[in-house]
Amino acid sequence: MSEAQALLEAERITKRFAGISALEEVTVEVHRGELVGLIGPNGAGKTTLFDCLSGKLRPDEGDVRFDGRSLVGLPVHRRARLGLARTFQRIELFSGMNVRDQLLVAERARHGGGSFLRDAVGLSRPTADEIERCDRMLDLLGLTPDADRPIESLSLGRGRLVELGRALMTEPKLLFLDEPSSGLDRRETHDMGTVLQAVQERSHTAILLVEHDVPMVQRLATRLYVLDAGHLIASGPTREVLDDPAVRAAYLGVGV
Amino acid sequence: MIEILELAVRGVPTGCVFALLAVGLVLTYKTSGVFNLAFGAQAYVSAVVFYEVRKEHEWPLLPAALLAIVVIGPLLGLLLDRVLFRHLRTSGSVAKLVTSLGLLVAIPELVRLAFGSESKKNPPPLWYVERTDQWLWPEGSRFVLDAGQVTTILATLVVVAGLGVLFRSTALGLRMRAVVESPRMVELNGINAERVSMVSWMLSSFLAGLSGVLLAPLFASLSPFDFFTLLVAALAATAFGRLSSIPLTLLGGILLGVLQAILAGKLPTDSILANGLRPALPFVVLFALLLFWPGLRSARDAADPLAGVDPPPPPAAASIRTRFLTVGTRAFAVTVSAIGLLLGWFVLDSFWLGLVTSGVILGVIMLSITVITGMGGMISLCQATFAAIGAFTTARVVDSLGMSVIVAIFVGAVVAAAVGGLLALPVLRLEGVYLALATLAFALMFQSVMVPLDWVSGGTTPLRVPRPVIGPVDLAENRAFFVLAAALLALAGALVYVVKRGTTGRFLDALRGSEYAAASVGISATRAKVIAFSLSAGIAGLGGGLLACFYGAANYDQSFNFFYGLVWVVLVVTAGARSVQAAVISGLGFFLIPEFLQRLFEIPGRYVADHPDLPAAVEAVLRTIKPEYSLGVAFILFGFGALTYAKHPEGIIEVQTRAALRKVMGALDRTDRSQPTPATDDARPPDEDPAAPATDDDARRPAPVRTGGAGVP
Repeated sequence: MSEAQALLEAERITKRFAGISALEEVTVEVHRGELVGLIGPNGAGKTTLFDCLSGKLRPDEGDVRFDGRSLVGLPVHRRARLGLARTFQRIELFSGMNVRDQLLVAERARHGGGSFLRDAVGLSRPTADEIERCDRMLDLLGLTPDADRPIESLSLGRGRLVELGRALMTEPKLLFLDEPSSGLDRRETHDMGTVLQAVQERSHTAILLVEHDVPMVQRLATRLYVLDAGHLIASGPTREVLDDPAVRAAYLGVGV
Repeated sequence: MIEILELAVRGVPTGCVFALLAVGLVLTYKTSGVFNLAFGAQAYVSAVVFYEVRKEHEWPLLPAALLAIVVIGPLLGLLLDRVLFRHLRTSGSVAKLVTSLGLLVAIPELVRLAFGSESKKNPPPLWYVERTDQWLWPEGSRFVLDAGQVTTILATLVVVAGLGVLFRSTALGLRMRAVVESPRMVELNGINAERVSMVSWMLSSFLAGLSGVLLAPLFASLSPFDFFTLLVAALAATAFGRLSSIPLTLLGGILLGVLQAILAGKLPTDSILANGLRPALPFVVLFALLLFWPGLRSARDAADPLAGVDPPPPPAAASIRTRFLTVGTRAFAVTVSAIGLLLGWFVLDSFWLGLVTSGVILGVIMLSITVITGMGGMISLCQATFAAIGAFTTARVVDSLGMSVIVAIFVGAVVAAAVGGLLALPVLRLEGVYLALATLAFALMFQSVMVPLDWVSGGTTPLRVPRPVIGPVDLAENRAFFVLAAALLALAGALVYVVKRGTTGRFLDALRGSEYAAASVGISATRAKVIAFSLSAGIAGLGGGLLACFYGAANYDQSFNFFYGLVWVVLVVTAGARSVQAAVISGLGFFLIPEFLQRLFEIPGRYVADHPDLPAAVEAVLRTIKPEYSLGVAFILFGFGALTYAKHPEGIIEVQTRAALRKVMGALDRTDRSQPTPATDDARPPDEDPAAPATDDDARRPAPVRTGGAGVP
């Protein structure tokens, strides 16, 4: 694993809130095209780690390197333009827009944003090319029938797909998925897994997946990290980690 | 040293005045989540009542004070809670702010209607001695205080101590705090949240009354503006207390008073610093505190922990517009504009033409609010300041560089845009209410530091701005100027329109939807918001220059007083912050509605004059309606209009358009049953071009000023 340089290297990330330690020297690596799972009980610090990696939170200590350069100090949107995308556990869609607009905005933002002067002379309408790219993505995710619907009218499962599509429009090198199955029923979860597999096969995007649904993690992830109370307690190939008694005790608990 | 100490002691009573107001504000904020800018107006009500009964009706001190402070104050609080704020508990902080702005505009005018508009000179004091220096303490010392000062200090101490006890050691205080956090959670615990909220409003309104009566003798005559300005000054103390700590607020108020007194005594009296900085000090302090005081920026709006269990909010009505509605309103707008132009050119006499031209120019300034609030989702209370910057620059550039007036107006717009961009850089770190307060502080700093300067405003004589001459057309002629104004309005409107549907507008939409999510796809919030701020300031500057040019002078007090900025925001937000059309209508409305009302109010008087044989009772009733009420009533209407914002964030124009459309559709439907039901608001017609809806930019979405939040939780 060490000969090729990892796409993302997060080293000894530490984050404290008012003295309470949310992450303690957590080290995570993701390689190109790989799907890595990150599991842990609620409150283990998974979302905090995502926030530190995507730039929303500033870690107290530690270094994040992405694609060979340090991300320390870069704001969220700069990291996004370097190829880091994410979805959210409580989904964050742009209210008041329809589904295609969500993707169009992301498509436009990928290039670092428009020019005000182009706006002022009315030259910044979506081009046929942009619309086509969005429609292809909608098609891939099976969202074509919903393209013109306002996002407020979508079900949670469809909403999560829109979020995924929006993130993918930025052509990320690495995608953080924060509990894509949370709030979905068994079938929707299964469909989400299928979509993720399709996406990964198509674009070779590396994915770091936070997930509670063990069957889904088993199906998708080649490697796993396990967080508990801010500490990394295990990492390795999925099967081995899931069989680790310490992991079972901390995370899977009794009866699973 | 002794001298400084003496000055400091002299500053304590003023500081207590600041503290008293600030503590009242903090109390309201703590117990209702409302940042109540109308607090000063509430204080004004009690002060006027006290003035009336004490001076006009010569009541003894005690009953007069009891009526004004203990009866009227809480009663007003009760009313506000019952009628308004009880229903706003779950609204966002910006809806609450807009509501309080509306009250701020409406309440003083209501008072004026009720008690007459003649000036109320020499407000009576709340103490027995006639002249405050008849009673001094400690007598003969250097640090002597008079009766008024002692009363103020005592009242402040009693209030602060009382509130401390209330919050720290009573069940009621605990409940009050809990209700702000989550009224529903409190109710689940078996407490009547409504009653608790009512008590807090009565209490805070009582405090407003007390401070109003105490403060009144500071002024030569009672004026709601003085009360409001004093309130904004007290905001510095509120910020010092981080909007939550009452002891810190008290300390902040006293420090502010002391600092002001020391500055007043120590600075040379003839310098710009002394003349400008002294009155501006509270606003400078407020601005600095908002930007740099740790703990304020991270202080979040009270968020209901139970909010997550709510069903997702229904799609904002305005976010979904049928093509039919869009095309219909556009066609309507074009028709009305064309008729307006023709009316202006051929029909209107010079008086009405003047009003309409003013309205059209104000429409340009209103468009700046569409940009900042409708598109950017930020409340700025300094749009009048940007307009003034445009006006002053225009005047200066014409005067000293001899530039063509029309070019100078655009130079003014560019300068205003630059100032807007510069202001945006520090201010954008703030959110919601804090952003609004920072812009308010900026407006007052400008008013008290810059405006009095000769090289800015021309000092006492307003700077003259000549009318331009374009080729053969001399715009000194009002009809020609009207066309110029309409053309510039069209230009500004078109600019706002294309920016709204362009990348910048989309990015701002995304940021309003979820700032984090927008950043996570690569949108720079700072960049987009600085552009919005700058564009908005530039448009306001354009309007300001044009207005100065129309009136022939850049007159700050008459045209650009910061208070107008507040009224304008109220108007635009009420009419619909996201639509170009609403901006234009509110610009016209600001000038035309008072005139229409005046014509209306003249009718009863004329009727009485024409019918001398009317019964006395009828005549008496008709005589109470006087044309001079028109401006006041118009402001009351504007203010009350804002109260609808919480319910209809998309604006009343959009609501009315939809209602009208629904009625028409219903009628059509009844006459022709065989036709399929026309498209309603809920769905797009299926035959629509699939590419077009993506650019359905005219959709007037409300500007929910919020960060994050799930669209479909």
